[in-house]
Amino acid sequence: MTGEHSSKQYDHDLETIRSKVLLMGGLVESHFHDAMSCFRTGNADQAEAVIQSDLEVNRLEVALDDMCSHLIVKRQPAANDLRTVMATGKVITDLERIGDESTKIARISKEAHANRRGTAMFNGYETVRVLAGSVADMLHHSLDAFARLDDAKAVQLIAQDAIIDNDFRSIMRNLITFMMEDPSTITSSLNTLWVAKAIERIADHAKNIAEHTIYIVEGKDIRHSDYVAIKQDQKVDNG
Amino acid sequence: MTTTPANTQKKAIEIDGLNFFYGATRSLRDINLNIFDKKVTAFIGPSGCGKSTLLRTLNRMYDLYPGQRAEGKIIYKGKNILDADQDINLLRAKVGMVFQKPTPFPMSVYDNIAFGVRLYENLSKGEMDERVEWALKKAAIWTEVKDKLHKSGLSLSGGQQQRLCIARGVSVKPEILLLDEPTSALDPISTVKIEELINELKEEYTIAIVTHNMQQAARCSDYTAYMYLGELVEFGETDHIFMNPVKKETQDYITGRFG
Repeated sequence: MTGEHSSKQYDHDLETIRSKVLLMGGLVESHFHDAMSCFRTGNADQAEAVIQSDLEVNRLEVALDDMCSHLIVKRQPAANDLRTVMATGKVITDLERIGDESTKIARISKEAHANRRGTAMFNGYETVRVLAGSVADMLHHSLDAFARLDDAKAVQLIAQDAIIDNDFRSIMRNLITFMMEDPSTITSSLNTLWVAKAIERIADHAKNIAEHTIYIVEGKDIRHSDYVAIKQDQKVDNG
Repeated sequence: MTTTPANTQKKAIEIDGLNFFYGATRSLRDINLNIFDKKVTAFIGPSGCGKSTLLRTLNRMYDLYPGQRAEGKIIYKGKNILDADQDINLLRAKVGMVFQKPTPFPMSVYDNIAFGVRLYENLSKGEMDERVEWALKKAAIWTEVKDKLHKSGLSLSGGQQQRLCIARGVSVKPEILLLDEPTSALDPISTVKIEELINELKEEYTIAIVTHNMQQAARCSDYTAYMYLGELVEFGETDHIFMNPVKKETQDYITGRFG
């Protein structure tokens, strides 16, 4: 879609940033997967590994922000290049937050398993399994849409977040019901609730990444607007 | 040609179907655009795109050179300035020009200003002194030269000479100022001073500026015109052009994809 800069160095700098962002995305995806696995198994070593691996994600955040600043000072980017750099800065932040949420899930898994008192009736993992699967998909697709600058896909992903929010609220109602019926499940239920909340937050960040993709492609900042709802309505009208 | 702004702005100059020829070579092709009143319009584009040529049609500067001719309409104050019966000297008083290389006259600072004024107005000594001071103040150079008005204009630094040329331009009370790469030959500090000056001057004057420095165009102007090979590729509000231009060619140029 856009050609190469006349400065090869400029293209090289942009490509370095791009590939590091995709690396960060890949790391964050696999940490989420591992964190959910910890929640299922309660494997303390795996949980510790997830917590440690977040350090790499944090390092990438700092390095990438620095690279973006350098690009701005050297090249004074304009138009699509400027939007790309600004959006990349924001995507990096969202990825780092996703990493933090996965770390939370790993910590909760470690503590929950260490402190469990044989609440065999209550399977926290099963409660959030489907939600986690949906959000893992959403995250994967939002990174893919960002990499390919697919704004149509990004619009779909943003609409999906509303569904995730609904599912989270259902889970919360279920867990509240458990807690009311059987107070001995309160600790496990609360742990599960925090894990569900972390998963829901990951979906929010995946939605943000989709919004940033639309900004790069269309030059529209659609945050806090009902752009997607309007687009969905248009599709229904035209479809 | 693409126009993005809602045209409720008052127009100082309307360019309609302008074509320009150096001998048999057409170097401006069907230009249609408006220069809006008391706004800064920047012209950007690679060397040879016609932006300086276009600027020089706006005060018929090309008349000085045989073999150069313009066809079409440039409407200023209800009249096509390309018509044969246009008073050229009056036009050039109303539409002033500042060039890339500072061009002070080889006379005193005072006379640099007074010379032009004398061509159009009969002022007393006192009135002329006032006009000279006013013009030098307008160009933000009064404090630097007020004690050396009788020194040669050529004794000033590059940045000061350029501001002297701007003072000379405004001294004859123009309505429009044409600036052809006014800061290309100046150091960064002088450049900033001139850019600040442009920002103040646009309160009272319509300004058209040709620049190679895209960030300058982005900083200083309200509207930007991107030209290529004698054609107007895109015209719009500067914010739009630099954040989200309509044409790929415009975007390629401003992002350094010179292919």
